[in-house]
Amino acid sequence: MISFLGISVQAQEKKNKNAKYDIEVNGNCDMCKKRIEKAALSVKGVKSATWHIDHHDLHLILDETKCSIDQVHEAVAKVGHDTDKVKAKDEVYNDLHGCCLYERKE
Amino acid sequence: MQKTIIVFIFLLTTIYSFSQEKISGKITYENNLPLPGVNIYWENTEIGTVTDEKGNFSIPYSSENTVLVISYVGFKTEKVTVIEPKFVTKNLEFDTTLDEVTLTKVRKSLQKNYLTPANVQTMTSKELLKAACCNLSESFETNPSIDVNFSDAVSGSRQIRMLGLTSPYILMTEENIPAIRGASQAYGLSFVPGTWVESIQITKGAGSVANGFESISGQINYEMIKPHDDIPFFLNAYGSTDSRFELNTHFNRKISDKWSTSLFLHGNARVSKNDMNDDGFLDNPIGKQINAINRWQYIDAEKGWVSFINLRYMNDEKQTGQVDFDPDRDKGTTNFWGSEINTEKLDVSSKIGRVSPEIPWRSFGFQNAFNYHKQNSYFGLNEYDITQRSFYSNLIYNSIISNTLHKFATGINFTYDQFSEVVNATDFSRIDNSIGTFFEYTYCNDDDLSYVLGGRIDYHNRLGVFITPRAHLRYKPFEKTTFRVSAGRGKRSANIFAENQQLFASSRQFQILDTNGKIYGLDAEIAWNYGVSFLQGFKLFGKDAEFSVDFYRTDFQNQAIVDVDNSPQQVLFYNLDGKSFANSLQVDLSYEFSTHFNIRTAYKYYDVQTDYTIGLVERPLQAKHRFFTNIAYETHVKDNGQQWKFDFTYNWMGKQRLPRTQTNPEEYRLKEFTNPFSVMNAQVTKTFSRTFEVYVGAENFGNYQQKNAILGSNDPFGAYFDSSMVYAPVFGAMYYAGLRFKIQ
Repeated sequence: MISFLGISVQAQEKKNKNAKYDIEVNGNCDMCKKRIEKAALSVKGVKSATWHIDHHDLHLILDETKCSIDQVHEAVAKVGHDTDKVKAKDEVYNDLHGCCLYERKE
Repeated sequence: MQKTIIVFIFLLTTIYSFSQEKISGKITYENNLPLPGVNIYWENTEIGTVTDEKGNFSIPYSSENTVLVISYVGFKTEKVTVIEPKFVTKNLEFDTTLDEVTLTKVRKSLQKNYLTPANVQTMTSKELLKAACCNLSESFETNPSIDVNFSDAVSGSRQIRMLGLTSPYILMTEENIPAIRGASQAYGLSFVPGTWVESIQITKGAGSVANGFESISGQINYEMIKPHDDIPFFLNAYGSTDSRFELNTHFNRKISDKWSTSLFLHGNARVSKNDMNDDGFLDNPIGKQINAINRWQYIDAEKGWVSFINLRYMNDEKQTGQVDFDPDRDKGTTNFWGSEINTEKLDVSSKIGRVSPEIPWRSFGFQNAFNYHKQNSYFGLNEYDITQRSFYSNLIYNSIISNTLHKFATGINFTYDQFSEVVNATDFSRIDNSIGTFFEYTYCNDDDLSYVLGGRIDYHNRLGVFITPRAHLRYKPFEKTTFRVSAGRGKRSANIFAENQQLFASSRQFQILDTNGKIYGLDAEIAWNYGVSFLQGFKLFGKDAEFSVDFYRTDFQNQAIVDVDNSPQQVLFYNLDGKSFANSLQVDLSYEFSTHFNIRTAYKYYDVQTDYTIGLVERPLQAKHRFFTNIAYETHVKDNGQQWKFDFTYNWMGKQRLPRTQTNPEEYRLKEFTNPFSVMNAQVTKTFSRTFEVYVGAENFGNYQQKNAILGSNDPFGAYFDSSMVYAPVFGAMYYAGLRFKIQ
């Protein structure tokens, strides 16, 4: 039983070259959109990144053999945008353009 | 073991329920114009989205949500019940319960693009309605980038020019399949009824390598109405004072979710003989045309498949010449001068493409077209027959390199052309074929910079093996500022007779001076085109304005020179020896006085020179300076769809060099240059309801007329007869009226 679960978990984690993910990224405007998408695409292995201004979803397609979704969280947070997993540093957030200062979730 | 299976099933179902399904769709209004920014949400939930620029949306789907709410200010809110996840299309209607319908953004009829690397303008169906309808050649009358010449007295067809070069140097494509080439070059534009066309994309300068090596000064692509987006019934009738009548009838049926079909029928006729300038010759040919197309479209949005099948037949008959000419009695004699041009066309084409729904950047397309074109004609005692059978095939694959900032397109094309061509009993029949492959890389940083690098290698049985490089760059330093640079090479074989057949309507003797080349003894035409452009949008007194300037230079390395200057009794064809170039400068300014009141002005400067036998001179019948203005005004659309539209176009043409006639006796000599002149067109459209509208218009209501349009009209079989030197309207003012009826 346990061994079977082990196998099925591994099967689930089989590296997908076109894996789809939706992560939540906080932001406000078109400038945010450009910054978020640029940051996501800067991760080697991310093939496409589209951020939706209305529901704050970052829609990703990435090659799991080259990167992980956590790296995307890190990269996006690094340019000042909080994700559902990683918070941006306060000083980076504070340096964002005025219109990009989105309301941060606690 | 039993347990394991249960756990396994449990795991599978959880995985399955996590993989979210989405449904997508498209929201439109009026004539299927896409509506961006529409709110779409599942009733009683917070799951929602908005449509993008093209009116498309996608929204997560799960079986507990069944009612999709579609709402947009000024439109009736619609609720759509969704039972299964299929593609949703909805045409929104204006909300008539509101007193004020405010659409803050009205779709522009002529759209300049700030984002594409190539200098592309799109003429929408709205723009196409501004001209006196009828056919593709007339559609460009309101567009400053394309110069529409006046029809020569004999063929009655209008030639277009871009960057100072005639239409053979423009690659014309129908839904990206090369069309209007070879035998159909001279009249092909008049064989495409305007009501069939959905939009036109004009690319100035070097074109994309995906469509072949032939484009030199630019590319014009026209998209026809797609069966999937078409309305069930459309009727257009037109009549004009030059006794031309047209009738267009469109039928459409949606056969299933996936299949739809349209049938377009067109007929036109010019029934009575007109001779407004009293030279004894018809101002326009009389004749008739029937033209029919049946299109089939297949869409499977879930799996990403799209396919088209087109079948088309056309028959066109024209007669012109002296008013008293009777073909049955006078053909082949010198009783009266006359001409008949009869054309028959049969086209079959198909297209199949797939965009992977899982991997949106990956797509492929496969196009095939077979065309048959047969022209039998005579011009006085000159006989000219040409039949062209062509086959074209193109396979394109699009994908990315590492991520969506780096895209590429690659593919192969194959072209086969069989020409049976007889000029006054001399047989010039030949077979051309070519096969080539291309690769086009596009970089876009999603912000201020993008560029396209393209190249292709072709083998052509007459042009040999050669490469075609092309490059475009766009830099957008600010929101409303775009710079562009382009460069590219084009190569083509000139169909010297088909492209210059208006010269048959003269006493000129045709002579080809070179004999060593592979195309009528001539070599292939090769040219480089370079261009820069600048586009700036800005606000003036709080209203939108747009300024653009572009400069293009086309440099011929070789050209099949058409020389009408050596002698007025000859037309010589030879390979370029020396220089041949075309410089073009265009400055545009457009301004929106109010939401419904627009003005567009353009100044154009052309310096087009070629080394002829008489030396380096301006190309004949090409104005150096041109000025254009178009003013459009429309009233607000009322609740019941009622609206007025007004459109006015003014064209001024500077002096043009006429071919040399100095060696003729004095009475058969023309001046060295023409006089500058202007032409004004206007149109008024009254929409009575969403189903019915009427339009009236005037062309050249300033009544400018070229006197003596035909040289030697008193002696058409003498040595000085020439009807090819038309530079202005011959008929004078022309008035027209028409109606459009549609069932949505």
